[in-house]
Amino acid sequence: MNARPSRWNGVALLVALTLLWEAAGRAGWVHRLFFPPVSRILQSFVTLVASGEVLPHVGVSLWRAGLGYLLAALAGIGLGIAMGYWRQAYEAAEVVIELGRALPPPAIIPVAIVFLGIGDMMKVFVIFFACAFPILVNTTDGVRAVDPVLLRTARTFGLGEAAIIRKVMVPAAAPYIMTGLRVALAIALILTVISEMVGATSGIGYFILDSQRSFRIPQMYAGMLVLALLGYLLNRAFLLADTRLLAWYRRGAESA
Amino acid sequence: MLEVQDLHKAFQPLSGGAPILALGDVSFRVDAGRFIAIVGPSGCGKSTLLLCVAGLMRPTTGTILLGGQPVTGPPENLILVFQEYNQSLMAWRTVLRNVRFGLEGRGRPRVEIDAEARRAIELVGLTGFERHYPWELSGGMQQRVAIARALARRPAVLLMDEPFGSLDALTRNELEDTLLAVWAEVGATILFVTHDIEEAIYLADRVYVLSGRPSRVLEEVEVALPRPRHQLKTREDSRFIAYRHQIYELISRETSRRGPALP
Amino acid sequence: MRARIPWLGLAVLFAAFLAWEAVSRGFAGLGDYVPPPSRMLGMLGQILVSGELLFHAQATLARFAGAYALAAVVAVSAGVAFGSSRVLYSFVEPLVELLRPMPSPATIPIAILFLGIGNEMKIAVTAYACTWPILLNTLDGVRGVDRVLRQTAATFGVGPWRTLFQVVIPAASPQIVTGLRVSLAIALILVTTSEMVVADDGLGFFILDLQRSFRIPEMYAAILALAVLGYLLNQAFLTIDGWVMAWHRLGTRKEVV
Repeated sequence: MNARPSRWNGVALLVALTLLWEAAGRAGWVHRLFFPPVSRILQSFVTLVASGEVLPHVGVSLWRAGLGYLLAALAGIGLGIAMGYWRQAYEAAEVVIELGRALPPPAIIPVAIVFLGIGDMMKVFVIFFACAFPILVNTTDGVRAVDPVLLRTARTFGLGEAAIIRKVMVPAAAPYIMTGLRVALAIALILTVISEMVGATSGIGYFILDSQRSFRIPQMYAGMLVLALLGYLLNRAFLLADTRLLAWYRRGAESA
Repeated sequence: MLEVQDLHKAFQPLSGGAPILALGDVSFRVDAGRFIAIVGPSGCGKSTLLLCVAGLMRPTTGTILLGGQPVTGPPENLILVFQEYNQSLMAWRTVLRNVRFGLEGRGRPRVEIDAEARRAIELVGLTGFERHYPWELSGGMQQRVAIARALARRPAVLLMDEPFGSLDALTRNELEDTLLAVWAEVGATILFVTHDIEEAIYLADRVYVLSGRPSRVLEEVEVALPRPRHQLKTREDSRFIAYRHQIYELISRETSRRGPALP
Repeated sequence: MRARIPWLGLAVLFAAFLAWEAVSRGFAGLGDYVPPPSRMLGMLGQILVSGELLFHAQATLARFAGAYALAAVVAVSAGVAFGSSRVLYSFVEPLVELLRPMPSPATIPIAILFLGIGNEMKIAVTAYACTWPILLNTLDGVRGVDRVLRQTAATFGVGPWRTLFQVVIPAASPQIVTGLRVSLAIALILVTTSEMVVADDGLGFFILDLQRSFRIPEMYAAILALAVLGYLLNQAFLTIDGWVMAWHRLGTRKEVV
């Protein structure tokens, strides 16, 4: 077996592409409007961050996404546990849930506008709506997948139902719940950007679109960079939490 | 037929550090048509040995000769049957199509391929299950499919890496007898690796006992038991018991001398 | 597959509709914001008959199909290629990790810049978004093909191309299908979004336009139509999946989003 190819291959490629972009922009091989030199973009990026111009937008986006995500997590996990635990609850809700899932979340934006205008709450609602389903579905799956042997063991030890749910069911379902939360994180960001592009006057999504409309192109790219960075950091933060909470599961899976 | 000369195999652990010597000077010789078993303590590199003989892994030093020719890649007339039948069979193919797999893509007519496959399926006692999918079969039956797939190629040499290790005792005994019947019919050379001493003695003409890591051949035990073998009579034979003692002592001495083998 | 009819669920849905109907009619003025289902269905019939619904639905469907097909072909091929070659993968991996965290709708402005506000923009944006789940799942599936399976192909002397097409790709197919299923939903989301941001046809535009013109009952009807479209597309996918992947029993499929 040959040695593993170096990771630096890919980094070298990125550097090469960046340099090519820079050269192409400067030399006029491509229209400078569409492809501003990378240096200009980075300059814009630094200016935006340093001057604080982009921070309020990022802040408000995070606020909307965070609140919608949190509400979705509370509702999704709570309802998911109920649906996983009680068969009747599952059967009663399943058709309604499936219908809600089938609807692409952006379609709910106009409805939200009717009720909530184009303010923050509209976006929070849309994000909530989109995130709740994956969290709910994964939580339900997780609870239903808890090994009956585990539950019987708990009952043999005389644990009450509430304690069983808290101490056995939820931890056992935790890997599934985390999957749902991870998927919902990506969705939250996506819907934040979408709702800010469709109806807003602030937020990073609005900022990027507005930059493009006013032909402030380097700023548009810079905004995308900010957004990518945001996505990356949120993901890392999530991974950190996941490692802490699910170390027992991840390591167990490795040795299996 | 098959000759292994001074085989060494060292592995470089991913986490760095000194190389692990799995095989350290393994040498032996197998005549055509014989059933040879290999036993040894856990982790001694029996599977590594088979992978090298099968041409799927390159030894660090040493030579493997098959019919006088050195083995550099998977040889045409040698097939390896794996322990993990579930991962080796193709879940998306029926039994028949699985067994046909080794014969496809070589320009042989479809009719011929099918006939060969059906013959192999009959040899392992799975007639009637051609249209089933692997997941519909028990573990023992799945391993039969894997064996049939190898047999369809009519290999001169069959390598088997603890093929019955994942099965329950009764199924194991069943398959041991099936294998012996197949071998009597087909006459291939079989190199059979197992951790089960009794299985080795029951099946083989000769048993090679390997030492712990780095492995070498500790002892060559000729099994002078009459054929056909019988699950009860053979196992109660005083010679069987003597061989069992001999090999067991060898291996437990190895294990206690070196301590438990690390993975 | 489940042939169970969800009676209780349907009953609950029906009861919810009845309650909605009652509440909506009962409170004056509420009906403008939340029309009773009966009026909604009536409106659904109306926009269907007027041809408006079909006009917009067909535009959306055409964009969806184009983008999804494009993404599927490109992403599966790329996934197989990069998953099979460790060298190729090493070149591509950092680029993938760099672009991956950026939410796909963020490409809408840049797509408008390069491609204008027509169909090309929408198809490009949607195809870009769809590529990710398919590519990542395909990569995962190909790289995760069991070593024993590869060794089995080797011991039978199967050449590299046959191994790729007859062993690796079938073995990876459950994971590839998972990617295709996830991107089905993503495609619909991005098509709808791009139609809301800038368009003059398509269901996304239609729904938003109905809201802007205060045709509220029609708006709900169009939303219902979109949900039905999403549901039907999903069912179609599951049906084809059932035929092609019949061999793959109810095992677990890892989801990579």
